[in-house]
Amino acid sequence: MKIIVPIKQVPETSNVKMNPETGTMVREGVESIINPLDLYAIETAIKLKEKFGGKVTVISMGPEKALEAIKEAIAMGCDDGVLLSDRKFAGSDTWATSYVIANGIKGMGDFDLVICGERATDGDTAQVGPGIASFLDLPLSTFTSEILTLGDGRIRVKRLVEGGYEELEMTLPAALTVVKEISDPRLPTLRGKLKAKKMEIPVLGPQNIDVKEENLGLNGSPTRVVKIFTPKVTREGEKIFVKDEKTLNEAVDKIMDFLIKKEFI
Amino acid sequence: MGEVWTLAEYRHEKLSTVSFELLNRGKSLSQKLNVPLASVILGSNIKKEDVQELIERGADKVYVVDDKNFKNFLVEPYANVLMELLNEYKPDIFIAAATTTGRTLMPYVAVRIKTGLTADCTVLEIEEGTGNLLQTRPAIGGNILATIKTPNTRPQMATVRPHSMKPSLPDRNRKGEVIYKNYDESLFKAKSKYLRFIKDESQQVTVQDAKVIVAGGRGLGKEENFKIIGELAELLGGAVGASRDVVDRGWITYPHQIGLSGKTVSPALYIAAGISGAVQHIAGMQTSENIIAVNKDPDAQIFHLANLGIVGDLNEVLPLLIKRIKEYKAKEASKNVQ
Repeated sequence: MKIIVPIKQVPETSNVKMNPETGTMVREGVESIINPLDLYAIETAIKLKEKFGGKVTVISMGPEKALEAIKEAIAMGCDDGVLLSDRKFAGSDTWATSYVIANGIKGMGDFDLVICGERATDGDTAQVGPGIASFLDLPLSTFTSEILTLGDGRIRVKRLVEGGYEELEMTLPAALTVVKEISDPRLPTLRGKLKAKKMEIPVLGPQNIDVKEENLGLNGSPTRVVKIFTPKVTREGEKIFVKDEKTLNEAVDKIMDFLIKKEFI
Repeated sequence: MGEVWTLAEYRHEKLSTVSFELLNRGKSLSQKLNVPLASVILGSNIKKEDVQELIERGADKVYVVDDKNFKNFLVEPYANVLMELLNEYKPDIFIAAATTTGRTLMPYVAVRIKTGLTADCTVLEIEEGTGNLLQTRPAIGGNILATIKTPNTRPQMATVRPHSMKPSLPDRNRKGEVIYKNYDESLFKAKSKYLRFIKDESQQVTVQDAKVIVAGGRGLGKEENFKIIGELAELLGGAVGASRDVVDRGWITYPHQIGLSGKTVSPALYIAAGISGAVQHIAGMQTSENIIAVNKDPDAQIFHLANLGIVGDLNEVLPLLIKRIKEYKAKEASKNVQ
């Protein structure tokens, strides 16, 4: 079983600065982590490897700093990793990102599964996982919450949809995006950390993978950021303190007025 | 200039109301551009009334692909057929709902036809002069808003959150054109197979679909108290949400989790009960239109977001509120009888 897990390094805090000109994130001075939702994909892949044997390879596109994320995934139990990093990749939207990662995966030979997190917590688009599947012409299960069976070149999965779950069967190779429900991510082990530290992670640029220059980075991206702004989220409306029976009644009166005025009841 | 298209979702042989919300959004765009507004509907055994309803609710044209292979959603055949339609009719704008279907199909298609796709838009408008679609969406857990455009490729594709707009109202006299299309069997080939749907009774109203969400957190104190959350949600016709904390404790299942590792929602009303408002939770619900918070801790972060904040014990406040709503509803009902 050969499994590929595309991951993204994201800023730790949710207080991120943006460069208003490029519309991209200012990464300097911000602690970086593996996208928390990718941890479920990593765990799912490692579990499958433990059960069926094989190898888990992580792949990421980003600055050199993203090597840390790849090494952390290896410390958790992934076998190796590849970083796609080049100035020509900078400013990629989800189309150009999916393109580069998909072609990075193509260059790695045969595989059985591509497992992605549902979305990244910074961009929040959930488009790159399906995008990679589309470029690689793979069957796809999004919002996967359980792997039911795997064998004979097929995988059966359960996916979380509106109002319940759906079960799908796909032939391998296939792509999954997974939700939190699928697994409980383990922590990196000390042994894993030592292994990761010693490991040389290949850093590939456009010259190492089969990509067309005109599809890369900002130039290859169909979308453009027009502007970035901060929403006014602080509403801080009226606050009522419940201290006794009287204030309790007043508080509930207020809620009732609100619900009636806004036509919720 | 090409048409404005919306994806009408046909699920379990029913047209979903999100299709009408999209028509409402699409209408302002098509009027501004002075082009027809069209809905695309892919499904199996599509009822004539449903196609007619799309017209009554604003579609000038409806493209219908009715095929037994479209009984259930699978991304590959849906994408194949959609690409045929897009290549033939070349719409200028194509919008879908950010449902599990829209979020799967749209990126799969956008990649193949090399065009821009913007996820989860809250505002769609037309740029003066160029006629480009300006798509505004929250990112980084709702901490920023970005306006994005697709200047050079068509269609300009976007998904919008369910309930970010009211459904358009029907006009029974409206007339429109219906275009039935058939496609070769080869386009329906898939490397995936749909097996079955398993209904989750606790998700009668799902959080992504809900106009109202009543969410409970650790402040509930114990699992049994989730009952009052459920009762209030039902009275308001809403869904039950939860913070990560209580999902991890097993008080309620994961599909109800709101926040960074759960669902991102933007209902018309969000009632946060016993939720302190950790950054991870806020990221999933701060774009809600109205927020009411009930929490014992006067310094809880959630109060910064609330239109109305009640500092008190939710186990006192909510039961009284439920009683009052019931009384109010009974009174209104008797008024109507008279």
